[in-house]
Amino acid sequence: MKEKSVWTLGEYRDGKIHTVSYELLAWGRSLADKLNGKLTCVILGKNLKDQIKELIYRGADHVILVDDPRLEHFEVDPFVKILGSLVREYEPEIFIASATTIGRTVMPVLAATLSTGLTADCTGLDIEEETGLLLQTRPAIGGNVMATIKTPDHKPQMATVRPKSKRPLPRDESRKGKLTERSFPDSYFASRVRRISFIPDESAEIPIQDADIVISGGKGLKDGKNFSLLFKLAELLNGAVGASRTAVDNGWIPYSHQVGLSGKTVSPRLYMALGISGAVQHLAGMSSSETIVAINTDPEANIFKVADFGIVGDLFDIVPLLIEKLEKERGERS
Amino acid sequence: MRIGVLIKQVPATDKVKIDEKTGTMLRTETEGVINPLDLYAVEEALRTKERFFPNAEITVLSMGPMMAIEAVKEAISMGCDKGYLLSDIKLAGADTLATAYALSSAIRKLGGFNLIFCGERATDGETGQVGPSVAAQLNLPIITYVSKIEKIEDGKLIAHRAIEGGHEIVESPLPAVLSVVKEINEPRLPTLSGKKRARRLEIPVLKADDIEVDESKIGLNGSPTRVVKIFYPKIAREGEIIYADDPEKAVERLLDFLRKRDII
Repeated sequence: MKEKSVWTLGEYRDGKIHTVSYELLAWGRSLADKLNGKLTCVILGKNLKDQIKELIYRGADHVILVDDPRLEHFEVDPFVKILGSLVREYEPEIFIASATTIGRTVMPVLAATLSTGLTADCTGLDIEEETGLLLQTRPAIGGNVMATIKTPDHKPQMATVRPKSKRPLPRDESRKGKLTERSFPDSYFASRVRRISFIPDESAEIPIQDADIVISGGKGLKDGKNFSLLFKLAELLNGAVGASRTAVDNGWIPYSHQVGLSGKTVSPRLYMALGISGAVQHLAGMSSSETIVAINTDPEANIFKVADFGIVGDLFDIVPLLIEKLEKERGERS
Repeated sequence: MRIGVLIKQVPATDKVKIDEKTGTMLRTETEGVINPLDLYAVEEALRTKERFFPNAEITVLSMGPMMAIEAVKEAISMGCDKGYLLSDIKLAGADTLATAYALSSAIRKLGGFNLIFCGERATDGETGQVGPSVAAQLNLPIITYVSKIEKIEDGKLIAHRAIEGGHEIVESPLPAVLSVVKEINEPRLPTLSGKKRARRLEIPVLKADDIEVDESKIGLNGSPTRVVKIFYPKIAREGEIIYADDPEKAVERLLDFLRKRDII
């Protein structure tokens, strides 16, 4: 019988392999081990051959590389054509990608092309013992319930996986793996939607989905200018600033900072909710954070239910003091 | 110029009932509203007509139970010209692939569109997969995460995409499918005359037989994915909650907690 293989889509951005690729390999490794199968990372990009060993060190047994100057930036048509062709050739059991703008664009198109199932934005993946099928678990209906989904009769079983839902495996330089380089005829690179240019965000801020620490503010901040406190704390902790919908709707901070159902979903190592009551819609966007700290004047606030550590009190008393102590600590250390 | 907008009706409340056997949503028991993120798609369709194609016709299309006709009417009241509802028990229980198949079949049957708008995702299912899947099944280019339409000229469209770290500017030929994000516009409210028009306007209901589908590809049977389990996540944590009677002490304890967790 053919060895079962689990595929991950490596992500290449701005000349580098992106860390979501390593998170996916951590998921893929545990799935491949449960299937006694092989873990393959497929990656498309430009001039990345010398970075490929990183994928092996992080868990891949096999890397399929398509290295071409025309793949410097993601464009959906070439990706779908190339990945579709490789999937038909190798017939992997499972194919997962990160739920980034790339994964969430290419995977639904690819799944439709292959007439197979695709589950969006999973936070849990496992193998069903009896059947060897992929169990895909994701929050549904605004995070109020979790659903486990299977793709019983179609291959590959496809899913996108929420970034930060798993930590990369430790880098292991003793790991060995195989590299397969593939090239494709010109027709594979024709793209209808073409990238003309890119305007990087002006602020040097870390996007909230990528931050290890997110400091969020809500109604309790009372005024937009008080967000400066949060920015200061975030800077000290090397984190990003998030916000509740109320804060965004009040115009205190741009929409890109909004956490929750109609904003971004984050799962950082530390989420600090300051003056946020914890509406269900907000909790849906942050309740999977590793550690949650809440500060609120209302002891009955919903946010305390999901907090690992909560302070019932006035954030305007506590946050400045926290900043002061952290600054002092940093000062002593340097 | 024919513009299509794909919308979905979603439950108005957070209290959604689930059929424990099939794991699908029981939609009829809760009140429905137009998916909030679809309002941006409706608005951008209206603006596109106003900016570039004053003679364009905007058609709203939704798939769902009969009550979803209200969502179609809401879009009409904002200014869309006409609407259709795709509603048939045979289509029930469809996953994103089967939904996109039915929608793309209906779009073909309606004669196709030069531009198709949809929202980034629905706030209930939250997959964001139907738009790209419709594009794939119609063999049209897909532009996801559109935050701005710069221009449409000579059958070509230039749009901005809000992606990680910035905005990507892309060019695409028409026809194309666009999924738009919240930052693209500020949706208008329905007007009184719009509401009147919506009330009077007949919204044709399309059945599976009307759109020439392969029945093995629709509804639950045509869906490769199966919900096998629904459960309530245990989000509550048994955290330590302290009162900041003495802020100094409270902050010390917070710092100790963060140190213990290796965060600072």
